Amino acid sequence: MPQSLHTFCNWLANTPPSQLFQNVAWIIPAVQSVHIFCISLVMGSVALIDLRLLGITGRSQSISGMTNRLLPIVWVSIVILFLTGAVLAIAEPIRSLENPAFQAKMLMLLLVGTLTFFFQDMLRGDVAFWEMSPARRATAKLTAVVSLLLWVGIVFAGRWIAYMDTSYGG
Amino acid sequence: MPFQALFMWIEQSPVGVFMRENVIAFPLVESIHVLALTLVVGSISMIDLRLLGVSARNHAVTKLSNEILPVTWVCFVVAATTGSLLFSSKAVDYTHNFFFLGKMVLMACAGLNMMLFHFITWRSVANWDTDTPAPFAAKLAGGLSLLFWIGVIIFGRWVGFTIGGAF
Repeated sequence: MPQSLHTFCNWLANTPPSQLFQNVAWIIPAVQSVHIFCISLVMGSVALIDLRLLGITGRSQSISGMTNRLLPIVWVSIVILFLTGAVLAIAEPIRSLENPAFQAKMLMLLLVGTLTFFFQDMLRGDVAFWEMSPARRATAKLTAVVSLLLWVGIVFAGRWIAYMDTSYGG
Repeated sequence: MPFQALFMWIEQSPVGVFMRENVIAFPLVESIHVLALTLVVGSISMIDLRLLGVSARNHAVTKLSNEILPVTWVCFVVAATTGSLLFSSKAVDYTHNFFFLGKMVLMACAGLNMMLFHFITWRSVANWDTDTPAPFAAKLAGGLSLLFWIGVIIFGRWVGFTIGGAF
């Protein structure tokens, strides 16, 4: 598998789009800036939802009111993040796809995406689902903590891609 | 540069040396900086978008800002502290970097915009708390804030590409 992944990365790095992204100096920083702004929207939204679930802030709003308002921002941002992230991965396939920090980031993203989907899905059937019983309230709080930790991990892993890169001294 | 001696002193201080020479210090502090700044910009954007009438239209501006701004300020303090630590690693280089200086100017603009909004437009907030659209002055403040902070991100990202090290 590692060998075939490496072959794929080498192939990808030589395709015309990859060559274009590598050769036009402003593309990577510009795309990264859009990427970071979208992460900001996700982190802002997720932090407010999770702090509400933990009962720390936003108590004047219902859980479903808050998720209805903020989760669409999260999902739209994730689509833009995926597209801009794809440009960055195509530009530097070996640096990203073969990078343990990148792989950890994708794994955490998959976990938090699944978690968020199911959390939201429960609210679709019943807006008060997560407020109905002590057990559900506890589950919602646990979900909030796990979600926050995963998003923090995603931001850290994302930044660490630059430091796990073999072309950077470490 | 009038403060050259000060910047030299900062970068030769134990903190500056540690940030420069410890293998893990810079990436770790930088990751916390990125985390904090995403929360600053993300939370401020929520208020800016409300002022612009794009999102949270049925929420009172005062209630939204009371709930969100404490998060923004805590994260801003973390971002400023970690940013200062990063700065200490190469203080002299940063003060000669166009994008770093631009970022500082943009943050000053964002701060000034916030103060004008707070001391002038905000005084009459009781009259337009639940209005969508908000009055023009409030919309303008929201739009400018969004632009300045997006600018801060763009310039901040370019600092990494122009100062050396890992990007």
